[in-house]
Amino acid sequence: MGQVTFVEHDDTEHEVGIEPGVSLMRHAVDNMVPGIDADCGGDASCGTCHVIVDKGWYDKTGSIGDDEELMLDMTPERADTSRLACQIEVTEELDGLQVTLPEFQM
Amino acid sequence: MTISGQFMNATASVVPMHWQVKAAHLVQKSLDLAGLGAKAPTFTETEIPDAADVPLEDIDLSNPFLWRQQKFDAYAARLRAEQPVHYVPDSPFGAFWSVTRHADIMYVDKHHDLFSAEPIITLGDQPRGLPVRTFIAMDPPEHDMHRRAVQGVVAPKNLKEMEALIRERTVEVLEGLPVGEPFDWVSHVSVELTARMLATLLDFPYERRLKLVEWSDVAAASPETTGGLAVRDDFFPAVAEVAKAFSELWREKEARIKAGEEPGFDLMSLMITDEDTKDLINQPMEFLGNLALLIVGGNDTTRNSMSGGVLAMHQWPEQLEKLKADRKLIPNAVSEIIRWQTPLAYMRRVAKEDVELGGVTIRKGDKVVMWYASGNRDTEKFEDADKLVVDRKDARNHVAFGYGIHRCMGNRLAELQLKILWEELLERFESFEVSEEPERVQSNFVRGYSRMMVTLTPVA
Repeated sequence: MGQVTFVEHDDTEHEVGIEPGVSLMRHAVDNMVPGIDADCGGDASCGTCHVIVDKGWYDKTGSIGDDEELMLDMTPERADTSRLACQIEVTEELDGLQVTLPEFQM
Repeated sequence: MTISGQFMNATASVVPMHWQVKAAHLVQKSLDLAGLGAKAPTFTETEIPDAADVPLEDIDLSNPFLWRQQKFDAYAARLRAEQPVHYVPDSPFGAFWSVTRHADIMYVDKHHDLFSAEPIITLGDQPRGLPVRTFIAMDPPEHDMHRRAVQGVVAPKNLKEMEALIRERTVEVLEGLPVGEPFDWVSHVSVELTARMLATLLDFPYERRLKLVEWSDVAAASPETTGGLAVRDDFFPAVAEVAKAFSELWREKEARIKAGEEPGFDLMSLMITDEDTKDLINQPMEFLGNLALLIVGGNDTTRNSMSGGVLAMHQWPEQLEKLKADRKLIPNAVSEIIRWQTPLAYMRRVAKEDVELGGVTIRKGDKVVMWYASGNRDTEKFEDADKLVVDRKDARNHVAFGYGIHRCMGNRLAELQLKILWEELLERFESFEVSEEPERVQSNFVRGYSRMMVTLTPVA
């Protein structure tokens, strides 16, 4: 089984086993990774599961939807490779994916 | 925008803003005298019957006394169970749909493409003659530009800088409280703390901070918007004062920044230095609208959660014990207090097209009210929803901040203020005894307290 890695703002790493078909947000929440609030439960409507995808992986995480774009646009800490974790569906293809958590969620 | 609003914006560079507001008031007064002005509704309080005794079609959640008489929750529960998307054809605020379930509220809030936030987010329209505009009541793309310009001030990065100051000002207030005797928590703690915070955020003269509260109260309580008690002849002078105070503050800051002074991280400085908002002073309707939003948004909300939290802990003392035993629960308890209190009862939208929701068809142009106060008590979503449970697992899923593009911009500031308040309270006090039934305000929008007598027992 593959793995994805969440890196907290203070560099603490959390490796999580891949559950195919489940969102990256759920991977974090179900495994008690701190720093992901996911207040809206996975609807791209709160912006509190913001992650910054490692450059090499960004294109493999799919495209940003309209709702996601609007929410990311309101995120003060948005970076070039920012995504909402609830909008990334994890598959075995993402084995090795690494994302960094911002210091603050909006 | 109306003709008067356009006129005021067009003449802004030559006529001081507060004169314009005064002129608008005079125009409105003469229209009233000539019998041409729209009449503000008047509300007389009568005892509201129990929810179970009222025919379903007669339920009207816009009644501004439901909250005051503590009947809102029972009425909303009946709608959730029997008619979750419910139509009132003839309220004092016109016809409107009530959306009462958590899931349906999320749907409406998220779909800004189907539901417009314009022209205003309260049940009734704003007082005539002063069409102020604010991004909470704008649709994209206009909304996005206005919000982007000011959201930095309450961004978590800024808040980290402010945490020590917030704590210092909280401690000052708590250290001065009487112990062992009843005092009014609302005026001594909730109002005082939010006024201090607002003055800090706006860099408003600290000694005049209670003015901010006064203005906010008048702005949020007009009878035609929320069924409140403010009267039009108080409203216009208050707006004129706001216009005068803040345009002076703006001009003064602008001059200092132009002279080379480093801009602060307060809201005024941010707006003056942002490309998109630097000319806001010349658009009085937008200028006043944004100020009103920030003043009201930062006032009624946190203030009433500060009172509501104490009331809830008094009602469920075992929850206070749980919190005292494990202070790591404080952040979650803060979300739970916000869920339980839901200081703003709703946000209003207007359908942009016909929409099927909850088995009914909402027609294009209909008013739609998302009752956050009801969604947060929805037992389909929250187990034992009427009760405060400090370690509730899904407390953060509350709808009190809204969702989607209009989600509360100050959410992290509110959470921070409440977190600090509870940390410092538990440090000092053993119990919070609410000795008489609190007085609740008359409004269908603000779930507020005007007086709550509390007796504190210090930590032994």
